[in-house]
Amino acid sequence: MGDEQAFLEYVQSGGQVETADWMPADYRAKLVKFIEMHGNSELMGVLPEREWILRAPTLQRKLALTAKVQDEVGHAQLIYRVVEDLGKPREQSLADLTSGKAKFHNVFHYPTKSWGDVGVIAWLVDAAAIISQKALLKCSYAPYARIMKKICWEESFHILHGRDVILAMVTGTHEQFELVQEALNRWWGPLMQFHGNPIPKDDDPMYRWRIKSQGNEEARQQFLEGYVPQIWELGLTVPDPKLRRSDDGVWEYDEPDWDELKHVVTGHGPQTEERLAFRRRFLEQERWVRDVVLAA
Amino acid sequence: MSELLLGFADDELIIGWRDSEWTGIAPMLEEDVAFSSIAQNEIGHARAVYQLLSDDADALAFDRPPADYRCAPLVELPLLDWAHTIARRWLYEVADEIRITALMEELPLAAKINREEAYHRMHAEMWHERLRDEPRFRAAVEELWPYTLGVLLPEQREELAARVGLDEVSAVERGMHTDELEPLLEEMTMVRRSAPVGAQW
Amino acid sequence: MIFEVFRQERKGRPFEHAGSLVAPDAEFAEAWAREQYGRRGESVALWLVPRDAIHDVEGWADEFDMKYRRVDGYSIKARLKEARERTASRIR
Repeated sequence: MGDEQAFLEYVQSGGQVETADWMPADYRAKLVKFIEMHGNSELMGVLPEREWILRAPTLQRKLALTAKVQDEVGHAQLIYRVVEDLGKPREQSLADLTSGKAKFHNVFHYPTKSWGDVGVIAWLVDAAAIISQKALLKCSYAPYARIMKKICWEESFHILHGRDVILAMVTGTHEQFELVQEALNRWWGPLMQFHGNPIPKDDDPMYRWRIKSQGNEEARQQFLEGYVPQIWELGLTVPDPKLRRSDDGVWEYDEPDWDELKHVVTGHGPQTEERLAFRRRFLEQERWVRDVVLAA
Repeated sequence: MSELLLGFADDELIIGWRDSEWTGIAPMLEEDVAFSSIAQNEIGHARAVYQLLSDDADALAFDRPPADYRCAPLVELPLLDWAHTIARRWLYEVADEIRITALMEELPLAAKINREEAYHRMHAEMWHERLRDEPRFRAAVEELWPYTLGVLLPEQREELAARVGLDEVSAVERGMHTDELEPLLEEMTMVRRSAPVGAQW
Repeated sequence: MIFEVFRQERKGRPFEHAGSLVAPDAEFAEAWAREQYGRRGESVALWLVPRDAIHDVEGWADEFDMKYRRVDGYSIKARLKEARERTASRIR
């Protein structure tokens, strides 16, 4: 049975943990919270994009966007299964989500205003997410690391789709270009906050337990390094006059609004309440289906 | 024939559109994924048929005035509750099988579509089996039955009634549109209309 | 019921565990697994197994030094070198 110190050394030296293995209570609790938040985010991420499925301007875009959102739902299914095997039933997770008790990522608390948002989300928000998700391939909790493989593979399609949507618009009419720029202007703040404030790795319990294998700032730098050049080469501007890459390869930027991040993820984003209410409505409305179908 | 095909394609497009509304909000996540695939398939079928009828499938799908669509009223109905949605799914698949089988005699594409529809039928039948005694489902089937008859040609309706297990009644015929079509098309073409004709997306 | 999903990517490859889903019976499990694990053509076959049907096996005793059963129990290099040298000297 349990020796927390031995367990810590085990995971820190690359050891993997399976569902039936002994784990410290704190590890289990942090794991459930972290993984559940991921599941919640996939599920809430559906809602901003869903509106635009109905408005997609071509059959191809309609299909691609539907497939993308379908993937997010599929990810939620995989993720909540992992949480369930750790002891927390899905109904409980969904109840905690819709009551506001459990969190989901900042980006999904914001409204979408145009087809430009569709491109920016699929390209840049998914890019930010995939950086974190690739790092999770090394998560010490093996069942979660394993599902990350399928998740990362599917996310790669999303980025391709997003980039394609953006490219079509930036090489289209002037109005279409402006639609993308305007969306980028609105999404840049949340994107910079997405990876969380730059808490040093060793102070982060998620890193200590090797649930996360990457620090927040490391992830953000990876995002900037990969995507700012791509943004600039399309003739788009990033709404941060301080953004630059220093000689030693480190990206400098205007300090993100950490208060805004905290405010939003604790349930006070512009669209939080409306989206949670929407989820609650359908969960309630279709409860009878689960009762009929899933009851033995 | 092409009037028939346009009706078929429009049915697939609009029911696919309606069903894609469930992406993200279906009763359980597993069903959400499966249902979304079906919606995508329907739109894929519509696209394939539009491509037979025109060089520009998107123009045919999006750019007609509401009066020029040939879809049956059944598919236009907004049914954002599961009992009605799944009742429509099941009724539509039964009707569609009869229609597609008839089309297969003259259209190779119909055989292709038919093979993909095998999954839809399995799925619809599975739900029908599970919910057949559920009052909400029964009520939805009865409500949608006259609309379902309108999907098929009059000579095909006897077969449909036999398979569904209900008596033939007065159909809500293809040709007149419900009030629902115009707002649907309005939302559907909202982004497309925001740029000049021929703009790339 | 929880169903474990094993998928085969291509004919000839092993079936690998890919995840699990909750379904009332094998029919629903199939309908759902088909799309969750196959919509991108990533599987040619699936095995759906109720979790209860799986008999978990773990823990082997390894008390005595049965090295002959493992690759690291054989040190070929030195003897092979010697055999080659002998052959070479015989040829001369």
